Amino acid sequence: MAKHKTPLLDQLESGPWPSFVSDIKQEADARAKNEKGLDYQIPVDCPDDLLGVLEMSYTDGETHWKHGGIVGVFGYGGGVIGRYCDQPQMFPGVAHFHTVRVAQPNGKWYNTELLRNLIKIWELRGSGLTNMHGATGDIVFLGTTTPQLEEIFWELTHDLEIDLGGSGSNLRTPATCLGMSRCEYACYDTQELCYNLTQEYQDELHRPAFPYKFKFKFDGCPNGCVAAIARSDLSFIGTWKDPIKVDQEAVAAYVGGEIAPNAGAHAGRDWGAFDIQKEVVDLCPSNCISYEDGKLTIDHKECVRCMHCINTMPRALKVGDERGCSVLCGAKAPILDGPQMGSLLVPFMEVNKDDDYQAIKDLIENIWDWWMEEGKNRERIGETMKRLGMAALIDAAGVPVDARQVQEPRHNPYIFWKAEDVEGGWDRDINEFRKRHQR
Amino acid sequence: MAFISSGYNPDKPMEGRISDIGPRHFGEYLPPVIKKNFGKWDYHEIIEPGILLHVAESGDKTYTVRAGTARLMSVTHIREICEIADKFSGGYVRFTTRNNLEFQVETEEAAKELKTYLNGQTFPGGSHKFPVGGTGAGVTNIVHTQGWVHCHTPATDASGTVKATMDVVFDDFQDMKLPAPVRISMACCLNMCGAVHCSDIAILGIHRKPPIIDHQYLDNLCEIPLAVAACPTGAVRPSKVEIDGETYKTVAIKQERCMFCGNCYTMCPSLPLSDGEGDGIAIMVGGKISNRITKPAFSKVVVPYVPNEPPRWPTMTKVIKKILDTYAEDANKYERLGDWANRIGWERFFEKCELPFTEHLIDDFRDPAYYTWRQTTQFKW
Repeated sequence: MAKHKTPLLDQLESGPWPSFVSDIKQEADARAKNEKGLDYQIPVDCPDDLLGVLEMSYTDGETHWKHGGIVGVFGYGGGVIGRYCDQPQMFPGVAHFHTVRVAQPNGKWYNTELLRNLIKIWELRGSGLTNMHGATGDIVFLGTTTPQLEEIFWELTHDLEIDLGGSGSNLRTPATCLGMSRCEYACYDTQELCYNLTQEYQDELHRPAFPYKFKFKFDGCPNGCVAAIARSDLSFIGTWKDPIKVDQEAVAAYVGGEIAPNAGAHAGRDWGAFDIQKEVVDLCPSNCISYEDGKLTIDHKECVRCMHCINTMPRALKVGDERGCSVLCGAKAPILDGPQMGSLLVPFMEVNKDDDYQAIKDLIENIWDWWMEEGKNRERIGETMKRLGMAALIDAAGVPVDARQVQEPRHNPYIFWKAEDVEGGWDRDINEFRKRHQR
Repeated sequence: MAFISSGYNPDKPMEGRISDIGPRHFGEYLPPVIKKNFGKWDYHEIIEPGILLHVAESGDKTYTVRAGTARLMSVTHIREICEIADKFSGGYVRFTTRNNLEFQVETEEAAKELKTYLNGQTFPGGSHKFPVGGTGAGVTNIVHTQGWVHCHTPATDASGTVKATMDVVFDDFQDMKLPAPVRISMACCLNMCGAVHCSDIAILGIHRKPPIIDHQYLDNLCEIPLAVAACPTGAVRPSKVEIDGETYKTVAIKQERCMFCGNCYTMCPSLPLSDGEGDGIAIMVGGKISNRITKPAFSKVVVPYVPNEPPRWPTMTKVIKKILDTYAEDANKYERLGDWANRIGWERFFEKCELPFTEHLIDDFRDPAYYTWRQTTQFKW
């Protein structure tokens, strides 16, 4: 028997897509029955009360959650988001309902032992409700009370050897695509780099010392499955320098209709026979492909590595062998100064595990030093870049200026020349000037 | 309820404390075929909607079965996922960036058997638990935020708008008949934890009423200078008010300057924006992240406001369906939604999608606005 009537939410139980309402109800029932005889450490009926407060929002069109308070685990300034209901008398089960962010395995691969261990902690000490996963990539445990936070942290670190994720003005939990684990396009080992940097910067992740949040994301190729270019302050996007490798026999198989184009991604509609001229050659953004006499030729120097030809004929075309990553800086959502995508800072970097990614770490630390010095409170690095200029970042990062860093040169002649740029400097004598020009 | 100690001693918090250990190494959780062929994959194919084949240079094959889930899931649901993984995929499972599940199996027969099994699992209310799909030129799962389920700043719900939308476009989740992939994202306020600013179709919660000022409490709950500094348009200034003979330090708001971003509320709980009448949804389209053919692009606002209509948001889903169907009908193969709109012209986009173009859709926020106006005599009648 449901604790609260939820006629509006009940309407979200029908329809084909998985119903979160049905799932919360299922958890409410499981806790009420408690077949395992658990001594639940937070109110047993918190899923019922969550449905109750949500139904209230569905009725009045307003949220019923208050600002977070300062809650967390000792010594960390992130990882827990305080959350309190603004109608605690009506919904006591969710009066205190904090979020715990837990560090996910990179690439989000799991075995069932790990998943079962995680939910065992959360079933006893939390609401039994999660997000798999949060927008930044963490495992999100949704709703517990303050006294349980240290207990959860203790069990995560001692029993599972897993840490909390980031929140607040610190390094947020880095996220990566699945990379080399199951993708032929991966130009570097995104998961290993993500893991290495996550471990290297644990202090920055747990103890807020930045002007605002800072995100790393790692995409193995320009397809960008983890959205690094849009969603991370520093994006590492796989790329390569040498020619795309072409298997002419496989090209012929695509042309002959033996292999479905685009790995079969368009199979749901009859688009007609594959037309290599129309579907590959003509769509190349830099017009660097030709197909003549049954032979596909790519003018490598003109290729911009957009991935279209490779995506369309993955068995015939392979990314080159001289692989690394491009680094882009400053992506963020619109708050406050409008949306930004990452701007290209380093066209190509080797991703070198053998020296523990030293060049990448040097770059990161140069960028952080500049931002921590120059950034205002709650200013994302993308906004600092807009305020002080891309050139200031390039200088601070210690990377060479390169025409690839801009889409086109500046539209105005208001160049901030420095004294040292100009012959003779800026110190001039007015009397000398007047010898040449009368008053 | 008796408190069960984990072993943590609150009197000596540093005793036996473990910190700064990060995540476990991902290598512990890779299925054997993935581990063996790590970095040595040759190519992939989509066998049918929801089933991928990856072939390694070694000749090894692995089949991936992809299924949608609500990202809000219970431990009971996760336990069921574990049972499926134990039974079908050697005890391994992966979550994707877009909240799908992936199971690795060895043969095409096993993949099809698992697909049938997953498609057969339903909640008592009738919805699928693990619908298979989300591959290729179709709609995949929606990335989204917390909404009314667990956030203090939302202008709408996230899980509900996602469920309502996915029900309407479900056919395209299970099929691959669109010109290109369509990525739908949802963020429940302008903070955009869901980073919907680069999505083919974005659902965005918006406020339309300036903050209410809780004068008698503001100075106790907020740092006034921080609340003032939080406003990107300088609409908030320090002020004093007299209520019942008592003077309170507070702020004043120039309402005509408010752009309803909610950043002041983030800094100051005494400035709530949330309002049942004022709040609703803006719809944005034409963004993308991939570098394929065209550059990554921002989403553009094409519907400035639709009201919140819980539980199923029919106006919102009708608009989304109309845009999706018009695109599906009209775009070229490989053309993303924004590339299609750019090609036909946005004036034509509004016409074809039967959407009104209003003054709210002309950008007036700082310098980038200029670059969205038309500086040419080339346009379509």
